[in-house]
Parts: sequence; structure tokens; C-alpha cells
Amino acid sequence: MIRLEKRPQPSKAWIWSAPIVAVLLTMIVGGLMFMALGSDPFEAIRTIFWDPMFHPQFAAYSRPQLLVKAGPLILIAIGLSIGFRAGIWNIGAEGQYIIGAVCGAAAGLAFYPSDSIWIFPLMVLCGILGGWVWAMIPALLKVKFGTNEILVSLMLVYVAQNVLNSVASGLLRNPEGMGFPGSRNFKQWDAAHNSELLMNTGMHWGVVAAFIAVLGAYVLMSQHILGFQIRLSGEAPRAARFAGVNPSRIIVFCLGLAGALAGAAGLFEATGPAGQITTTFNAGYGFTAIIVAFLGRLHPVGILLAGLLMALTYIGGELAQLMLGLPGASIQLFQGMLLFFLLAVDVFTNYRLALTGKETV
Amino acid sequence: MGDTLLSLKGLTKAYPGVVANDDVSFDIRPGEIHALLGENGAGKSTLVKMIYGLVKPDQGQMTLKGAPYTPAEPRAARAAGVAMVFQHFSLFDALTVAENVALGMENPPKPRDLARQIRDVSEAYGLPLEPGRVVGTLSAGERQRVEIIRCLLQNPRLLIMDEPTSVLTPQEVDILFQTLRQLRAEGTSILYISHKLEEIRALCDTATILRLGKKVATCTPADTTARELAEMMVGASFNTPEPKPRDKGAVLLQVEGLSLAAPGNFGTPLRDISFQVHAGEILGIGGVAGNGQDELLAALSGERRSMAQSVWLAETAVGAMGPVKRRALGLLCAPEERLGHAAAPDLSLTENAFLTAAKRQDLTKRGLIRWGEARNFADKIIKAFDVRTPSAATAARALSGGNLQKFVIGREILQRPRVLVVNQPTWGVDAAAAAAIRQALLDLAASGAAIVVISQDLDELMEVSDRFGALNEGRLSVIHPVETLTLDQIGLMMGGAHDMEVAHAHA
Repeated sequence: MIRLEKRPQPSKAWIWSAPIVAVLLTMIVGGLMFMALGSDPFEAIRTIFWDPMFHPQFAAYSRPQLLVKAGPLILIAIGLSIGFRAGIWNIGAEGQYIIGAVCGAAAGLAFYPSDSIWIFPLMVLCGILGGWVWAMIPALLKVKFGTNEILVSLMLVYVAQNVLNSVASGLLRNPEGMGFPGSRNFKQWDAAHNSELLMNTGMHWGVVAAFIAVLGAYVLMSQHILGFQIRLSGEAPRAARFAGVNPSRIIVFCLGLAGALAGAAGLFEATGPAGQITTTFNAGYGFTAIIVAFLGRLHPVGILLAGLLMALTYIGGELAQLMLGLPGASIQLFQGMLLFFLLAVDVFTNYRLALTGKETV
Repeated sequence: MGDTLLSLKGLTKAYPGVVANDDVSFDIRPGEIHALLGENGAGKSTLVKMIYGLVKPDQGQMTLKGAPYTPAEPRAARAAGVAMVFQHFSLFDALTVAENVALGMENPPKPRDLARQIRDVSEAYGLPLEPGRVVGTLSAGERQRVEIIRCLLQNPRLLIMDEPTSVLTPQEVDILFQTLRQLRAEGTSILYISHKLEEIRALCDTATILRLGKKVATCTPADTTARELAEMMVGASFNTPEPKPRDKGAVLLQVEGLSLAAPGNFGTPLRDISFQVHAGEILGIGGVAGNGQDELLAALSGERRSMAQSVWLAETAVGAMGPVKRRALGLLCAPEERLGHAAAPDLSLTENAFLTAAKRQDLTKRGLIRWGEARNFADKIIKAFDVRTPSAATAARALSGGNLQKFVIGREILQRPRVLVVNQPTWGVDAAAAAAIRQALLDLAASGAAIVVISQDLDELMEVSDRFGALNEGRLSVIHPVETLTLDQIGLMMGGAHDMEVAHAHA
């Protein structure tokens, strides 16, 4: 009989090899799935993981997309991961992302068509504030009334989506847009445009912010006393209270930080790659970031790598749809498999297989 | 085999990584009280679980009255005449005594008949109990009676009792012992699990001693000294703590009229608690579990705040301060629950050292943690308190209970507290480690700290304390010097008769 047996200590080897094993298992099982769909599995895997970077024809277009897609994922996931370490489950990053973008865009558009250099910084600030305020709603409700932050933050996503639908076709609608929903296009307004910083790299201010967030989160979680208190609250809430950690402060800080980073990500996306506030500019980054946070095992460096990997499967998936005619749903399934295998393999970090001989029954 | 009720031969049970029982053999005669003695982790629980059908042995046989005995489940064991009273009761608070008893029976009689039977048995064995009372209103001792009567109604031939006295006052212990002796006189055998040596010497006919899963000896406890029993149990001789001469100084900790509502539904409220502890003095606070011990510690550590004037550290009113400020002023605590309260299970010892020592050991610089210093401090604790661990990077949960307890106590003592409050400092700790911890507490007091030891182990309190008080339903009794107290008086204090009569008697 095979049983799982708890390890006395988490295995160091598995902590690092689990993501790699998970990716390999995803490739194998995904390959079998693509084979069942009638494609050559090796070609499909190569199209997803290799071609976006190195295809002679398409790579020039798809390579910059890597950072464009990874930037917001990493920025949001870093914020989420810090809360997750404290056992605070903010599922509503998508809403914070939307409200951040709306607030930042609104602040900028109020000054249209000024070309002051302060426009963009103001928009970033308002984007951060917007996301922060939206995250403060579940935070304060939890602190004051003990509500469940998972439900409140998730439901606020739908509220945010409706706010977005409303402003895109109302308050923020482009007056020169022939009545179509959607704001002015920021790409045509230099003072508010989050442009590519280095040609053909996809690098924009949001990606810079993501890298800074990775570095900041690393220092916070491993070197700063606040990071220690956050980890302690997640590991052993009673020990945290004994140590003198104020649980309310941790809740407000973690949700606020996640909201602020998600809000910033939304603003960078709206003013950069998306170019305008439309009803669909958000593209689900706030939810995918949850997967990225766990795939990176809530560690800043892990999240950096996981964000890049996730972005790669997005771009590669689109490429595979285009070139091999694979259905879009199979690509989503492929991404889902990645998380599934990671969580499954993760069990071996804390448990090991034990072959028990004769359990006399 | 005429005079053997239950015979165990070569019982072996291994769990992954540990052999819980290794080739254990002994016999229980009809009508004897047989003690099973051993430290925590010696394999007592596994052994009785095999007898009660909860665990199957890997090897070995049992015979009951000469016939092979292989209970597949507790129901089979009960059918064969083996009953067990667990250390942790399995009773429903919201149901009455009779309803709880009926739930544990295979074929419960009609409620009215059952109530009569309960009354009969409780009278016959001197265990007063009203069948119609709701269990939630009963004391720990009364709840144990419910469990015992539930067993007795099945007319067992062997009654297993797992640490039955750990929740009882001395008076209740006396009643229990009379019942057990009466059962013995009627021919029922009792397997009595304990690590309290004096109890075993007073009550039991035979004792089997387990150490690290192996049987060490079977002896007659009345002919063996407590010290010999302890040494067989531990496997080595150890030093009994020796108090050093101490000078009583100024009052360092003063609690005045401390009252706090119960935390949650199952806590105990603190009611008007007042006491003082001087420098160089150890105050022992006893009481049956669940009478406000955890709540008192939380109120002293700052986890729960009270009126500022309720708690004084020397000249400072600290009642409204949180744990961080209190620690900075020198009021340190070590809670009962090691894993999850005193220490975070999955964090390393270095991180757990940092947990309470951040401020006093100066382990941060502008908010950044000085991990090198923290590690040095953890190493210092490990060395000074002989904590057995591969390194300071080991997770707390990988340590044995005794080693982690030494680490937790050592962490607070090495921070040189002015006042130290500990709850159950040696709970679940082996005898040698317990002696080391008590010695460390005595030494700390000798160096001029004021210490409060909250414990359910009366022997421990008598050994280390200068003065003694008892908690009962959140109230603290009048406090008396230990040398003036008899066991009877202590029992009365623990049972709640702590008002004027006792105070007058020793004024």
C-alpha cells in the first residue's frame, strides 16, 4: 500500500524542483492532449514554448509581447503573494486593477489636452490610489465586522466591471469618438502615453514597476520586520498575537498594498498596451495573477519567473491557435494543467511516499 | 493460566520512523490494579490502544482468560469486557448525563430504567451523579464520573484508565481511588496509566514500566521508592532541582482587581484577580485545567489588554499596553501551547528566537532584521539549555516537545526578564528536562527576577514556589506561603472554597 507520510521538515530539493517537474508533466500531458486533437505534440509544444522567442518570422513581433504580458501579471501577483503569505485571500485584484485604471485615466483626462510632464505621474498616483481604495473596502469590512475578504473582494470585481462599462460609455467616453464606447486614445496623447522605453523590448513603465516590486517584496519579506510579521501571521496567528503583531494592521497593509499594485498595473495597461479605457481592456490579468503567485510559490523571484512563463504560454498559445489551428479552449486547459500539476507535485515538499508493507487488516 | 486475566506476549507496533512498542509482554491478574508507567512518548498510549482495539499490533498475541483476544475495533473489546476511560472526555455538553451514557451503549435501556441504573451504580461506588443534569454544567471531576459510570454499566472485567487524575482536585482523587479499590475488591482488574509516582505507589499492586517502547521492568510499587521508579522510567539518574538562597526584594509585578470577559464561547472570564510578586520570589498558581490559566497568561503577556491600572510592572501601569511594550519593560511570558502559540511550527529556531527577542536583544536596525545576531541568540539558547537539534535553521515542529519547551523557556530566560510568567513549563516534558527547566526558574529567581508559575502539576508547584494560590472559575484564591499548606487545603482552594474560611484559618 502506498501512503503519504509527513516530512519532519519541508524538503529543500522539492521546493526548487517542483515547478520544473510540474512544467515537464504539463508538457507531457498537454502533448498527449494535442496529439488527441490531431496535432503533432512536439510541434505544438515547440510552438508554445520556443517559437515566441526564436521563430525566424514571428519572433520579432512576439518577443516584446513577453514583457508586455508579464509586466502586469508580475506586478499584481507580487501584491497578492504578500497577502497570501499572511493568510489574507484577496481574490479581487481584477476589480482593483479596473478601478485603478479608471481613476488614473479620469485624473489624466480631466486635464486633456495639457502637455505638462506632470500628467503621467499624476495618473500613476491616482491609479495607485484607486486600487488602494477599492481594496480598502474588503479590508475595513474585515477589520470592523469580520467579513470574509474572499467573498467581498471577489464580488467587488463585478461591481468594478459595471463601473467600467458605465464610464467607458458615459463619463470617460471620447467626445470625438463618434459615439463609440471607449475613452480617448492615450497613444495619441504624448503626455499621458505609457510608451515603450526601449525599442522592440516591450519594456514600459509598468514593467519597470514590476521589477522594482519584485526587488522591494524580496527585501520586505526576507529582511524587514514587517515582512516577518506578515509571514508569522500566516504561519501561526496565535503566535503572531503573542509576539505583539496587530492583526488588523496586517490586514489593512496587505490588502492595501495588493490594491495599490493592481491599480498601478491597470493604469499602466490602459495608458500603454491597451491604449484606452474600453469595456474589455482588462483581459483578466487580475485572475491570472493568482495562478502566477502560486506558480511562483509566493516568492518574489519565483513570481518573476512564473510571470514570464505564464506570459510565454499566452503568446505561444495564440501562436499555436494561429499556426496549428488548435482551439483556444485547449490552450486554457494547458495553462490550467500547469497550476494543477504544480499543486499536485507540491504535496511532495511536505510529504513523502511511503510503501507500507503489511498493514494487517 | 488460572490467575491471569489478560496476557500480552511480544506486542510490537511500529509507525514510520518510530517503534512505538517493541516486544512488550506482561500479565494482568484478575482483581489487581496494574500501573502502566512511562514518560511521554514511551508507548503507553499505543499499548492501550492495541488492548482496546483501536490499533492492531504488527506482531505478538494477546489472550483474555486463556482465549486468543484480537479485538478488531473498540466495540469488540467492549463485548469482551474491556472498557476504557480516556484522558480527553468524549461527552456532549448540551446533552444530559443519561443521554450521554446511552450514546455510549450498544443497546441502551429505556430512559427511565437507565436513569435508575445510573443512580444505583453511582451510589454503589460512591460517585454521586444526577442523571438528569446537563453535562455542560458539570465540573471536570463529575464529567469523568459520567465516563466511568458509562463503563461500569457494561460490567467490565478490565477497566483501562488513561491519566485519570490529571483533571482532578486532591479530594476528587481520593473519591476516585476509593471507587477503584472497591472495584478491585469485586474482582475487576484496572490498568492504570500515569506518570505520577506517588499515586501509583499508593494505589497500584503491580507496575509495568515502559521506556522508549520497551518494557523495562515489572515491580511492586509499594516496595519501590519513587526515586527508583523515576530512574527506571527515565533510564538515568538526574539531579533534583536545588533552590538557592534568595532575598525577597521590592514588588515587581502587581495585579489589582483584574477582570476580563471570556474570550469567545468556551473561555473563562477573569474575575477580580489581585496578587503581588516580589523580586526573587516564585508565585505558584495551581488549578484544574480550564479555570482561567490561559486567560490569565494572555492578560499578563498583553495579548489581551485590560485597564491600565490592573497590571503594574514595578512603578509602571502596563495593563493597557500590548506585548511589545511589556516585553521592552521586562515583563516576559511563556505560554502553555508550544507549537502555534509560543513558537510558529514551520519557522526555524532562529526565526522563533526573533519572535519574542526582537526588541530586548536589539535584533533590528531601522526595521531591518539582523539575522546574524538572531542566529547567534538562537545558538546561545540551544547551547545554554541543551536543546537537541541539528541546527538553529531547523523548523520548530521538527523538535521533540521537551526540546522545544527548553528552547521556549530558554528564549525568555536569556533575555533577563524582570518578571517572567510561565504556564505549564514542564507539560509533556521528560523528567530530566523538567528538572533542568525548574532549576533554571529557581536560578532566575535567585538572580532577582519575579516569577509566576502557572501549572496543573501540584508537585511541581510545591517544589519551586514560595507562595501558592489557585484559580477556580477565573477567581484567584487567597495566596498562602507554601510551607503552611497541607494537601487538603490546596484541594479546597482548587475546588473553589477559597473565601473567608480558609483565609481565617491561616490568617
